[in-house]
Amino acid sequence: MNKPEILIIDDEPQIRKLLQISLESNDYKVLQAATGKEGLIMAANHPPELILLDIGLPDISGHEVLQQLRDWYHKSIIILSVQNGEQDIVRALDNGAIDYLTKPFRTLELLARIRSAIRRNELNTNQNDPIQCGDLEIDLISRTVRKNGQLLKLTPTEYKLLALFARHEDMVLTHQFILKEIWGVGYQSETQYLRVFVAQLRKKLEDDPNSPQHIVTESGVGYRFS
Amino acid sequence: MDALSRLKHQPTAQYLIAFSLISLIAVIAHFSVDLTGYKVVALILLLAVSLLAMVFDIWPVLTAAVFSALLWNFFFIPPVFKFTIATPEDALLFLMYFVIALLNAVLTSKIRKAERKAREKEERELTIKLYNTVLSSLSHELKTPIATIIGAVDALKETPNKLSEQHRSELLTEMEIAGTRLNRQVENLLNMSRLESGFIQPKLDWCDLNELIFQVIRMPELNNGEHDIRFDPSEAMPLFKLDRGLLEQILFNIIHNSVQYTPPGSVITIRAKQQAGNCHLTIADNGPGFPAEALPNVFKKFYRLPKSAAGGTGLGLSIVKGFIEAQHGTVSLENRVDGGARFTITIPAEVSSLNNVPHE
Repeated sequence: MNKPEILIIDDEPQIRKLLQISLESNDYKVLQAATGKEGLIMAANHPPELILLDIGLPDISGHEVLQQLRDWYHKSIIILSVQNGEQDIVRALDNGAIDYLTKPFRTLELLARIRSAIRRNELNTNQNDPIQCGDLEIDLISRTVRKNGQLLKLTPTEYKLLALFARHEDMVLTHQFILKEIWGVGYQSETQYLRVFVAQLRKKLEDDPNSPQHIVTESGVGYRFS
Repeated sequence: MDALSRLKHQPTAQYLIAFSLISLIAVIAHFSVDLTGYKVVALILLLAVSLLAMVFDIWPVLTAAVFSALLWNFFFIPPVFKFTIATPEDALLFLMYFVIALLNAVLTSKIRKAERKAREKEERELTIKLYNTVLSSLSHELKTPIATIIGAVDALKETPNKLSEQHRSELLTEMEIAGTRLNRQVENLLNMSRLESGFIQPKLDWCDLNELIFQVIRMPELNNGEHDIRFDPSEAMPLFKLDRGLLEQILFNIIHNSVQYTPPGSVITIRAKQQAGNCHLTIADNGPGFPAEALPNVFKKFYRLPKSAAGGTGLGLSIVKGFIEAQHGTVSLENRVDGGARFTITIPAEVSSLNNVPHE
Protein backbone atom coordinates (compact mmCIF):
# COMPACT_ATOMS: atom_id res chain seq x y z
CA MET A 1 0.00 0.00 0.00
CA ASN A 2 1.21 3.49 -0.82
CA LYS A 3 1.89 5.63 2.20
CA PRO A 4 -0.28 8.78 2.28
CA GLU A 5 1.83 11.87 1.69
CA ILE A 6 1.66 14.86 4.01
CA LEU A 7 3.21 18.22 3.23
CA ILE A 8 4.36 20.29 6.21
CA ILE A 9 4.69 24.04 5.60
CA ASP A 10 6.30 25.49 8.72
CA ASP A 11 9.30 27.75 9.17
CA GLU A 12 10.39 26.23 12.48
CA PRO A 13 12.94 23.45 11.88
CA GLN A 14 12.15 21.99 15.31
CA ILE A 15 8.45 21.64 14.61
CA ARG A 16 9.13 20.15 11.19
CA LYS A 17 11.52 17.62 12.67
CA LEU A 18 9.08 16.65 15.38
CA LEU A 19 6.20 16.28 12.92
CA GLN A 20 8.39 14.33 10.54
CA ILE A 21 9.33 11.81 13.21
CA SER A 22 5.80 11.47 14.57
CA LEU A 23 4.27 11.07 11.13
CA GLU A 24 6.91 8.80 9.67
CA SER A 25 6.61 6.46 12.63
CA ASN A 26 2.90 6.28 11.85
CA ASP A 27 3.38 5.31 8.23
CA TYR A 28 2.97 8.62 6.51
CA LYS A 29 5.38 9.98 3.96
CA VAL A 30 6.49 13.48 4.91
CA LEU A 31 7.38 16.38 2.62
CA GLN A 32 8.67 19.62 4.14
CA ALA A 33 8.68 23.27 3.13
CA ALA A 34 10.15 26.08 5.22
CA THR A 35 8.47 29.01 3.47
CA GLY A 36 5.08 29.74 1.98
CA LYS A 37 6.43 30.05 -1.56
CA GLU A 38 8.35 26.80 -1.29
CA GLY A 39 5.22 25.11 0.05
CA LEU A 40 3.10 26.35 -2.85
CA ILE A 41 5.63 25.08 -5.38
CA MET A 42 5.93 21.68 -3.67
CA ALA A 43 2.16 21.30 -3.43
CA ALA A 44 1.76 22.16 -7.10
CA ASN A 45 4.50 19.83 -8.29
CA HIS A 46 3.25 16.90 -6.31
CA PRO A 47 -0.16 17.35 -4.66
CA PRO A 48 -0.07 15.58 -1.28
CA GLU A 49 -2.92 13.81 0.49
CA LEU A 50 -2.94 16.45 3.25
CA ILE A 51 -1.24 19.73 4.04
CA LEU A 52 -0.25 20.93 7.53
CA LEU A 53 0.08 24.69 7.22
CA ASP A 54 1.59 27.09 9.75
CA ILE A 55 -0.05 30.54 9.85
CA GLY A 56 3.05 32.51 10.86
CA LEU A 57 5.37 32.12 7.89
CA PRO A 58 8.23 34.54 7.21
CA ASP A 59 7.74 35.27 3.51
CA ILE A 60 4.01 35.24 2.80
CA SER A 61 1.43 34.65 5.51
CA GLY A 62 -0.26 31.30 5.94
CA HIS A 63 -3.58 32.95 5.08
CA GLU A 64 -2.19 33.93 1.70
CA VAL A 65 -0.84 30.43 1.11
CA LEU A 66 -4.20 28.97 2.08
CA GLN A 67 -6.04 31.20 -0.36
CA GLN A 68 -3.72 30.35 -3.22
CA LEU A 69 -3.92 26.64 -2.43
CA ARG A 70 -7.70 26.73 -2.26
CA ASP A 71 -7.89 27.92 -5.87
CA TRP A 72 -7.01 24.44 -7.05
CA TYR A 73 -6.16 22.10 -4.17
CA HIS A 74 -9.25 20.26 -2.98
CA LYS A 75 -7.89 17.91 -0.35
CA SER A 76 -7.66 18.63 3.36
CA ILE A 77 -5.61 21.45 4.83
CA ILE A 78 -5.04 21.56 8.59
CA ILE A 79 -3.84 24.82 10.11
CA LEU A 80 -1.09 24.90 12.71
CA SER A 81 -1.13 28.07 14.71
CA VAL A 82 1.09 29.09 17.57
CA GLN A 83 -0.94 32.00 18.77
CA ASN A 84 -4.16 30.89 20.26
CA GLY A 85 -5.38 33.82 18.22
CA GLU A 86 -8.93 32.71 17.55
CA GLN A 87 -9.23 35.35 14.85
CA ASP A 88 -6.50 33.69 12.83
CA ILE A 89 -8.13 30.31 13.23
CA VAL A 90 -11.61 31.51 12.33
CA ARG A 91 -10.25 33.29 9.29
CA ALA A 92 -8.39 30.19 8.14
CA LEU A 93 -11.41 27.93 8.66
CA ASP A 94 -13.64 30.34 6.80
CA ASN A 95 -11.11 30.33 3.98
CA GLY A 96 -11.29 26.61 3.55
CA ALA A 97 -8.99 24.98 6.07
CA ILE A 98 -10.80 21.97 7.44
CA ASP A 99 -9.26 21.84 10.88
CA TYR A 100 -6.73 23.47 13.14
CA LEU A 101 -4.30 22.65 15.92
CA THR A 102 -2.67 25.15 18.22
CA LYS A 103 0.89 24.58 19.29
CA PRO A 104 1.63 22.98 21.62
CA PHE A 105 -0.50 20.09 20.40
CA ARG A 106 -0.63 16.49 21.57
CA THR A 107 0.67 13.90 19.15
CA LEU A 108 -2.30 11.54 19.51
CA GLU A 109 -4.67 14.43 18.83
CA LEU A 110 -2.67 15.37 15.77
CA LEU A 111 -2.75 11.82 14.45
CA ALA A 112 -6.50 11.56 15.06
CA ARG A 113 -7.16 14.82 13.23
CA ILE A 114 -4.97 13.72 10.34
CA ARG A 115 -6.79 10.38 10.08
CA SER A 116 -10.17 12.06 10.04
CA ALA A 117 -9.01 14.68 7.54
CA ILE A 118 -7.71 12.04 5.17
CA ARG A 119 -10.92 10.08 5.63
CA ARG A 120 -12.81 13.17 4.52
CA ASN A 121 -10.83 13.23 1.28
CA GLU A 122 -12.29 9.84 0.41
CA LEU A 123 -15.68 10.36 1.99
CA ASN A 124 -17.09 13.01 -0.33
CA THR A 125 -18.49 10.41 -2.74
CA ASN A 126 -21.37 8.49 -1.15
CA GLN A 127 -23.42 11.14 0.56
CA ASN A 128 -26.70 9.29 0.32
CA ASP A 129 -26.01 6.71 2.99
CA PRO A 130 -27.30 7.52 6.48
CA ILE A 131 -24.57 9.08 8.61
CA GLN A 132 -23.64 7.02 11.64
CA CYS A 133 -22.12 8.82 14.64
CA GLY A 134 -21.85 6.61 17.67
CA ASP A 135 -25.40 6.15 18.92
CA LEU A 136 -26.81 8.60 16.36
CA GLU A 137 -28.06 7.82 12.87
CA ILE A 138 -28.86 10.76 10.61
CA ASP A 139 -30.61 10.04 7.34
CA LEU A 140 -30.37 13.09 5.10
CA ILE A 141 -32.73 11.61 2.50
CA SER A 142 -35.69 10.84 4.73
CA ARG A 143 -34.72 13.67 7.10
CA THR A 144 -34.86 11.47 10.17
CA VAL A 145 -32.62 11.27 13.21
CA ARG A 146 -32.41 8.23 15.47
CA LYS A 147 -30.63 7.81 18.76
CA ASN A 148 -30.12 4.15 19.75
CA GLY A 149 -32.78 3.31 17.16
CA GLN A 150 -35.33 5.71 18.71
CA LEU A 151 -36.72 8.37 16.42
CA LEU A 152 -35.96 11.89 17.72
CA LYS A 153 -38.36 14.78 17.33
CA LEU A 154 -36.52 17.85 16.11
CA THR A 155 -37.81 21.27 15.11
CA PRO A 156 -37.01 22.29 11.50
CA THR A 157 -34.15 24.57 12.60
CA GLU A 158 -32.75 21.95 14.95
CA TYR A 159 -32.77 19.47 12.10
CA LYS A 160 -31.12 21.91 9.69
CA LEU A 161 -28.41 22.58 12.24
CA LEU A 162 -27.82 18.90 12.92
CA ALA A 163 -27.78 18.06 9.22
CA LEU A 164 -25.16 20.78 8.70
CA PHE A 165 -23.06 19.31 11.49
CA ALA A 166 -23.49 15.81 10.14
CA ARG A 167 -22.37 16.78 6.65
CA HIS A 168 -19.20 18.16 8.22
CA GLU A 169 -18.46 15.39 10.65
CA ASP A 170 -15.23 15.85 12.64
CA MET A 171 -14.73 19.30 11.19
CA VAL A 172 -14.68 22.56 13.09
CA LEU A 173 -17.45 24.83 11.88
CA THR A 174 -17.06 28.49 12.78
CA HIS A 175 -19.94 30.40 14.35
CA GLN A 176 -20.12 32.66 11.30
CA PHE A 177 -20.27 29.75 8.89
CA ILE A 178 -23.10 28.03 10.78
CA LEU A 179 -25.09 31.24 11.18
CA LYS A 180 -24.75 32.03 7.50
CA GLU A 181 -25.74 28.51 6.44
CA ILE A 182 -28.78 28.23 8.71
CA TRP A 183 -30.06 31.76 9.16
CA GLY A 184 -28.53 33.41 6.13
CA VAL A 185 -26.32 36.41 5.41
CA GLY A 186 -26.84 39.20 7.90
CA TYR A 187 -27.14 36.93 10.92
CA GLN A 188 -23.41 36.20 11.20
CA SER A 189 -23.00 38.01 14.48
CA GLU A 190 -26.18 36.71 16.13
CA THR A 191 -24.40 34.02 18.09
CA GLN A 192 -27.13 33.91 20.72
CA TYR A 193 -29.43 32.06 18.25
CA LEU A 194 -26.73 29.52 17.81
CA ARG A 195 -26.16 29.06 21.54
CA VAL A 196 -29.87 28.51 22.15
CA PHE A 197 -30.29 25.93 19.39
CA VAL A 198 -27.08 24.12 20.25
CA ALA A 199 -28.25 23.86 23.85
CA GLN A 200 -31.65 22.50 22.69
CA LEU A 201 -30.02 20.00 20.33
CA ARG A 202 -27.70 18.81 23.04
CA LYS A 203 -30.65 18.14 25.35
CA LYS A 204 -32.10 15.85 22.71
CA LEU A 205 -28.92 14.23 21.40
CA GLU A 206 -26.51 13.93 24.26
CA ASP A 207 -26.57 11.43 27.09
CA ASP A 208 -25.36 14.19 29.36
CA PRO A 209 -25.95 17.64 27.83
CA ASN A 210 -23.46 19.12 30.29
CA SER A 211 -20.59 17.07 28.97
CA PRO A 212 -21.49 16.80 25.29
CA GLN A 213 -19.90 14.09 23.19
CA HIS A 214 -21.47 14.89 19.82
CA ILE A 215 -21.52 18.68 19.59
CA VAL A 216 -18.25 19.81 21.10
CA THR A 217 -17.49 23.47 21.73
CA GLU A 218 -14.28 24.79 20.19
CA SER A 219 -13.68 27.73 22.43
CA GLY A 220 -13.88 31.07 20.66
CA VAL A 221 -14.03 29.40 17.24
CA GLY A 222 -17.13 27.28 16.75
CA TYR A 223 -18.34 23.69 17.12
CA ARG A 224 -17.12 20.30 16.09
CA PHE A 225 -19.55 17.44 15.51
CA SER A 226 -18.47 13.86 15.98
CA MET B 1 10.32 73.93 24.18
CA ASP B 2 11.18 72.29 27.49
CA ALA B 3 10.65 75.49 29.41
CA LEU B 4 7.31 75.92 27.66
CA SER B 5 6.10 72.46 28.49
CA ARG B 6 7.10 72.95 32.10
CA LEU B 7 5.01 76.14 32.19
CA LYS B 8 1.96 74.09 31.25
CA HIS B 9 1.79 72.74 34.75
CA GLN B 10 2.11 76.12 36.45
CA PRO B 11 -1.06 78.19 36.03
CA THR B 12 0.20 80.96 38.32
CA ALA B 13 3.26 81.48 36.17
CA GLN B 14 1.06 81.55 33.09
CA TYR B 15 -1.13 84.33 34.54
CA LEU B 16 1.95 86.26 35.61
CA ILE B 17 3.62 86.05 32.22
CA ALA B 18 0.40 86.91 30.39
CA PHE B 19 -0.18 90.03 32.52
CA SER B 20 3.46 91.12 32.28
CA LEU B 21 3.54 90.74 28.50
CA ILE B 22 0.32 92.69 27.95
CA SER B 23 1.43 95.41 30.40
CA LEU B 24 4.89 95.64 28.82
CA ILE B 25 3.38 96.08 25.35
CA ALA B 26 1.00 98.68 26.72
CA VAL B 27 3.86 100.66 28.27
CA ILE B 28 5.97 100.57 25.10
CA ALA B 29 2.93 101.45 23.00
CA HIS B 30 2.14 104.30 25.34
CA PHE B 31 5.42 106.01 24.42
CA SER B 32 5.13 105.37 20.71
CA VAL B 33 1.42 105.96 20.29
CA ASP B 34 2.07 109.35 18.72
CA LEU B 35 3.97 107.64 15.91
CA THR B 36 1.69 104.65 15.37
CA GLY B 37 -1.73 105.83 16.30
CA TYR B 38 -3.92 104.04 18.87
CA LYS B 39 -5.57 101.63 16.39
CA VAL B 40 -2.27 99.87 15.62
CA VAL B 41 -1.83 99.28 19.35
CA ALA B 42 -4.96 97.13 19.26
CA LEU B 43 -3.44 94.94 16.56
CA ILE B 44 -0.19 94.56 18.50
CA LEU B 45 -2.12 93.57 21.62
CA LEU B 46 -4.17 91.14 19.58
CA LEU B 47 -0.97 89.58 18.26
CA ALA B 48 0.31 89.19 21.84
CA VAL B 49 -2.93 87.46 22.89
CA SER B 50 -2.70 85.14 19.87
CA LEU B 51 0.87 84.21 20.76
CA LEU B 52 -0.16 83.52 24.35
CA ALA B 53 -3.00 81.34 23.09
CA MET B 54 -0.54 79.15 21.23
CA VAL B 55 1.27 78.08 24.38
CA PHE B 56 -0.91 78.76 27.42
CA ASP B 57 -4.11 77.26 28.81
CA ILE B 58 -7.48 78.74 27.99
CA TRP B 59 -8.13 80.62 31.25
CA PRO B 60 -4.92 82.68 31.44
CA VAL B 61 -5.39 83.55 27.76
CA LEU B 62 -9.03 84.62 28.23
CA THR B 63 -7.99 86.77 31.17
CA ALA B 64 -5.20 88.30 29.09
CA ALA B 65 -7.73 89.01 26.32
CA VAL B 66 -10.09 90.83 28.70
CA PHE B 67 -7.21 92.60 30.42
CA SER B 68 -5.74 93.83 27.11
CA ALA B 69 -9.14 95.06 25.93
CA LEU B 70 -9.56 97.09 29.13
CA LEU B 71 -5.99 98.44 28.92
CA TRP B 72 -6.50 99.50 25.34
CA ASN B 73 -9.75 101.19 26.20
CA PHE B 74 -8.34 102.96 29.26
CA PHE B 75 -4.95 104.10 27.97
CA PHE B 76 -5.42 104.46 24.24
CA ILE B 77 -8.99 105.04 23.06
CA PRO B 78 -9.74 108.74 23.36
CA PRO B 79 -10.57 110.10 25.83
CA VAL B 80 -7.50 108.44 27.42
CA PHE B 81 -7.39 107.52 31.12
CA LYS B 82 -11.14 106.96 31.06
CA PHE B 83 -13.19 103.88 30.33
CA THR B 84 -15.65 105.97 28.36
CA ILE B 85 -15.52 105.93 24.57
CA ALA B 86 -16.20 109.08 22.62
CA THR B 87 -17.12 108.07 19.06
CA PRO B 88 -19.35 105.27 17.78
CA GLU B 89 -16.48 104.18 15.53
CA ASP B 90 -14.24 103.63 18.57
CA ALA B 91 -17.03 101.86 20.39
CA LEU B 92 -17.39 99.49 17.45
CA LEU B 93 -13.61 98.98 17.31
CA PHE B 94 -13.51 98.23 21.01
CA LEU B 95 -16.37 95.77 20.78
CA MET B 96 -14.77 93.99 17.85
CA TYR B 97 -11.42 93.91 19.58
CA PHE B 98 -13.04 92.30 22.55
CA VAL B 99 -14.84 89.66 20.53
CA ILE B 100 -11.86 88.84 18.29
CA ALA B 101 -9.50 88.53 21.26
CA LEU B 102 -11.90 86.11 23.00
CA LEU B 103 -12.58 84.12 19.82
CA ASN B 104 -8.86 83.90 19.24
CA ALA B 105 -8.27 82.46 22.68
CA VAL B 106 -11.12 79.96 22.46
CA LEU B 107 -10.43 78.74 18.91
CA THR B 108 -6.72 78.33 19.43
CA SER B 109 -7.34 76.36 22.55
CA LYS B 110 -9.83 74.15 20.69
CA ILE B 111 -7.36 73.48 17.91
CA ARG B 112 -4.70 72.56 20.43
CA LYS B 113 -7.06 70.24 22.22
CA ALA B 114 -7.93 68.49 18.94
CA GLU B 115 -4.26 68.21 18.07
CA ARG B 116 -3.48 66.70 21.42
CA LYS B 117 -6.28 64.18 21.03
CA ALA B 118 -5.06 63.16 17.59
CA ARG B 119 -1.55 62.76 18.94
CA GLU B 120 -2.72 60.67 21.87
CA LYS B 121 -4.78 58.48 19.58
CA GLU B 122 -1.79 57.94 17.33
CA GLU B 123 0.38 57.02 20.29
CA ARG B 124 -2.23 54.64 21.60
CA GLU B 125 -2.48 52.91 18.23
CA LEU B 126 1.29 52.57 18.06
CA THR B 127 1.35 51.06 21.54
CA ILE B 128 -1.36 48.57 20.64
CA LYS B 129 0.46 47.64 17.45
CA LEU B 130 3.73 47.15 19.33
CA TYR B 131 1.94 45.14 22.00
CA ASN B 132 0.44 42.82 19.39
CA THR B 133 3.75 42.25 17.64
CA VAL B 134 5.44 41.59 20.93
CA LEU B 135 2.73 39.22 22.04
CA SER B 136 2.83 37.21 18.85
CA SER B 137 6.61 36.98 18.70
CA LEU B 138 6.78 36.07 22.39
CA SER B 139 4.13 33.40 22.17
CA HIS B 140 5.87 32.04 19.09
CA GLU B 141 9.21 31.99 20.86
CA LEU B 142 7.91 30.34 23.99
CA LYS B 143 5.40 27.98 22.48
CA THR B 144 7.57 26.52 19.73
CA PRO B 145 10.00 24.85 22.14
CA ILE B 146 7.12 23.87 24.43
CA ALA B 147 5.34 22.29 21.48
CA THR B 148 8.52 20.44 20.58
CA ILE B 149 9.01 19.08 24.08
CA ILE B 150 5.39 18.02 24.58
CA GLY B 151 5.20 16.53 21.10
CA ALA B 152 8.43 14.62 21.56
CA VAL B 153 7.38 13.28 24.95
CA ASP B 154 4.06 12.22 23.44
CA ALA B 155 5.80 10.37 20.65
CA LEU B 156 8.21 8.66 23.05
CA LYS B 157 5.46 7.72 25.47
CA GLU B 158 2.49 6.84 23.29
CA THR B 159 4.06 5.13 20.33
CA PRO B 160 7.35 3.74 21.63
CA ASN B 161 7.17 0.58 19.51
CA LYS B 162 6.81 2.48 16.28
CA LEU B 163 9.92 4.59 16.78
CA SER B 164 13.21 3.60 15.27
CA GLU B 165 16.34 3.97 17.40
CA GLN B 166 17.43 6.91 15.25
CA HIS B 167 14.09 8.66 15.59
CA ARG B 168 14.18 8.18 19.33
CA SER B 169 17.60 9.79 19.66
CA GLU B 170 16.57 12.60 17.32
CA LEU B 171 13.56 13.31 19.51
CA LEU B 172 15.78 13.53 22.57
CA THR B 173 18.12 15.95 20.79
CA GLU B 174 15.16 18.12 19.78
CA MET B 175 13.96 18.18 23.38
CA GLU B 176 17.39 19.25 24.54
CA ILE B 177 17.57 22.05 21.97
CA ALA B 178 14.04 23.14 22.85
CA GLY B 179 14.85 23.19 26.56
CA THR B 180 17.92 25.36 26.06
CA ARG B 181 16.01 27.67 23.77
CA LEU B 182 13.20 28.02 26.26
CA ASN B 183 15.66 28.70 29.02
CA ARG B 184 17.35 31.40 26.97
CA GLN B 185 14.06 33.16 26.24
CA VAL B 186 12.96 33.02 29.86
CA GLU B 187 16.38 34.35 30.84
CA ASN B 188 15.93 37.23 28.39
CA LEU B 189 12.48 38.03 29.72
CA LEU B 190 13.70 37.99 33.31
CA ASN B 191 16.62 40.22 32.41
CA MET B 192 14.30 42.59 30.60
CA SER B 193 12.03 42.87 33.60
CA ARG B 194 15.07 43.43 35.82
CA LEU B 195 16.09 46.28 33.53
CA GLU B 196 12.57 47.70 33.36
CA SER B 197 12.18 47.71 37.11
CA GLY B 198 15.53 49.43 37.46
CA PHE B 199 16.77 46.78 39.85
CA ILE B 200 20.13 46.32 38.21
CA GLN B 201 22.92 46.97 40.67
CA PRO B 202 26.20 45.95 39.07
CA LYS B 203 28.20 43.73 41.41
CA LEU B 204 31.72 44.81 40.65
CA ASP B 205 34.54 42.38 41.09
CA TRP B 206 37.93 41.73 39.53
CA CYS B 207 37.39 39.99 36.27
CA ASP B 208 39.79 38.08 34.02
CA LEU B 209 38.50 38.92 30.54
CA ASN B 210 40.55 36.21 28.81
CA GLU B 211 38.92 33.58 30.96
CA LEU B 212 35.44 35.07 30.69
CA ILE B 213 35.50 35.34 26.90
CA PHE B 214 36.71 31.78 26.48
CA GLN B 215 34.02 30.58 28.79
CA VAL B 216 31.32 32.31 26.76
CA ILE B 217 32.51 31.22 23.32
CA ARG B 218 32.80 27.61 24.47
CA MET B 219 29.13 27.45 25.44
CA PRO B 220 27.53 24.71 23.36
CA GLU B 221 24.86 27.03 21.99
CA LEU B 222 27.47 29.30 20.43
CA ASN B 223 30.13 26.76 19.68
CA ASN B 224 27.95 24.68 17.37
CA GLY B 225 30.66 23.88 14.85
CA GLU B 226 29.02 25.96 12.14
CA HIS B 227 30.75 29.22 12.96
CA ASP B 228 34.38 30.06 13.45
CA ILE B 229 34.57 32.09 16.67
CA ARG B 230 38.04 33.56 17.19
CA PHE B 231 39.63 35.17 20.19
CA ASP B 232 43.32 35.78 20.78
CA PRO B 233 43.95 36.07 24.51
CA SER B 234 46.39 38.73 25.49
CA GLU B 235 48.97 38.06 28.19
CA ALA B 236 49.17 41.76 28.88
CA MET B 237 45.45 42.12 29.59
CA PRO B 238 44.92 43.69 33.02
CA LEU B 239 42.10 42.70 35.35
CA PHE B 240 38.97 44.86 35.14
CA LYS B 241 36.56 45.59 37.95
CA LEU B 242 33.25 44.70 36.29
CA ASP B 243 30.02 42.80 36.86
CA ARG B 244 30.93 39.41 35.53
CA GLY B 245 27.36 38.13 35.19
CA LEU B 246 26.22 41.12 33.18
CA LEU B 247 29.27 41.02 30.94
CA GLU B 248 28.77 37.32 30.28
CA GLN B 249 25.17 37.96 29.21
CA ILE B 250 26.25 40.91 27.06
CA LEU B 251 28.85 38.87 25.20
CA PHE B 252 26.56 35.88 24.89
CA ASN B 253 23.71 37.89 23.41
CA ILE B 254 25.90 39.65 20.85
CA ILE B 255 27.72 36.50 19.77
CA HIS B 256 24.47 34.54 19.72
CA ASN B 257 23.00 37.21 17.50
CA SER B 258 25.91 36.84 15.09
CA VAL B 259 25.69 33.05 15.14
CA GLN B 260 21.95 33.26 14.48
CA TYR B 261 22.02 35.72 11.61
CA THR B 262 25.25 35.01 9.73
CA PRO B 263 25.54 32.04 7.35
CA PRO B 264 27.42 28.93 8.51
CA GLY B 265 31.15 29.24 8.02
CA SER B 266 31.20 32.91 8.98
CA VAL B 267 34.05 34.14 11.14
CA ILE B 268 33.28 35.97 14.39
CA THR B 269 36.24 37.78 15.89
CA ILE B 270 36.36 39.07 19.45
CA ARG B 271 38.93 41.57 20.63
CA ALA B 272 39.44 42.97 24.10
CA LYS B 273 41.83 45.60 25.39
CA GLN B 274 42.31 48.34 27.93
CA GLN B 275 41.88 51.85 26.55
CA ALA B 276 42.11 55.00 28.64
CA GLY B 277 40.61 53.55 31.79
CA ASN B 278 37.97 51.68 29.85
CA CYS B 279 37.37 48.08 29.09
CA HIS B 280 37.10 48.04 25.30
CA LEU B 281 35.58 45.12 23.43
CA THR B 282 34.77 44.54 19.79
CA ILE B 283 32.79 41.69 18.28
CA ALA B 284 33.00 41.58 14.49
CA ASP B 285 31.65 39.15 11.92
CA ASN B 286 31.99 38.80 8.16
CA GLY B 287 28.30 38.11 7.55
CA PRO B 288 25.85 40.23 5.57
CA GLY B 289 25.91 43.21 7.98
CA PHE B 290 22.83 45.28 8.85
CA PRO B 291 20.66 47.28 6.43
CA ALA B 292 21.52 50.97 6.89
CA GLU B 293 17.98 51.88 7.96
CA ALA B 294 18.09 49.23 10.71
CA LEU B 295 21.28 50.48 12.36
CA PRO B 296 19.64 53.13 14.58
CA ASN B 297 16.99 50.65 15.75
CA VAL B 298 18.78 47.42 16.57
CA PHE B 299 19.17 48.20 20.27
CA LYS B 300 15.51 49.13 20.67
CA LYS B 301 13.37 46.80 22.67
CA PHE B 302 11.44 44.25 20.55
CA TYR B 303 12.94 45.54 17.32
CA ARG B 304 13.58 42.86 14.73
CA LEU B 305 14.91 43.25 11.23
CA PRO B 306 12.08 43.26 8.70
CA LYS B 307 11.58 39.83 7.13
CA SER B 308 13.84 38.09 9.61
CA ALA B 309 13.33 34.38 10.03
CA ALA B 310 11.45 32.77 12.88
CA GLY B 311 13.20 32.71 16.23
CA GLY B 312 13.98 35.76 18.30
CA THR B 313 11.98 38.26 20.27
CA GLY B 314 13.98 41.42 19.62
CA LEU B 315 15.07 41.44 23.25
CA GLY B 316 18.69 40.23 23.08
CA LEU B 317 20.41 43.39 21.87
CA SER B 318 18.21 45.71 23.91
CA ILE B 319 19.33 43.78 27.00
CA VAL B 320 22.93 44.21 25.84
CA LYS B 321 22.43 47.96 25.74
CA GLY B 322 20.64 48.03 29.09
CA PHE B 323 23.32 45.98 30.83
CA ILE B 324 26.12 48.09 29.38
CA GLU B 325 24.43 51.32 30.36
CA ALA B 326 23.83 49.95 33.85
CA GLN B 327 27.63 49.95 34.10
CA HIS B 328 27.85 53.47 32.58
CA GLY B 329 29.29 52.13 29.35
CA THR B 330 28.37 52.59 25.70
CA VAL B 331 27.76 50.23 22.82
CA SER B 332 27.70 50.98 19.12
CA LEU B 333 27.15 49.04 15.94
CA GLU B 334 28.53 49.69 12.49
CA ASN B 335 28.87 47.86 9.21
CA ARG B 336 32.48 47.08 8.39
CA VAL B 337 33.92 48.46 5.19
CA ASP B 338 34.85 44.99 3.98
CA GLY B 339 31.48 43.45 4.90
CA GLY B 340 29.90 42.24 8.12
CA ALA B 341 28.96 43.97 11.33
CA ARG B 342 31.01 45.20 14.25
CA PHE B 343 29.82 45.86 17.79
CA THR B 344 32.03 48.11 19.92
CA ILE B 345 31.63 48.16 23.70
CA THR B 346 33.30 50.60 26.05
CA ILE B 347 32.78 50.25 29.80
CA PRO B 348 34.64 52.45 32.28
CA ALA B 349 36.33 50.17 34.79
CA GLU B 350 38.99 50.19 37.42
CA VAL B 351 42.06 48.38 36.14
CA SER B 352 44.51 46.24 38.04
CA SER B 353 47.85 45.36 36.52
CA LEU B 354 48.65 42.86 39.21
CA ASN B 355 49.64 40.35 36.57
CA ASN B 356 52.29 42.78 35.38
CA VAL B 357 53.89 43.15 38.79
CA PRO B 358 57.54 42.12 38.58
CA HIS B 359 58.61 39.02 40.49
CA GLU B 360 58.83 39.46 44.22
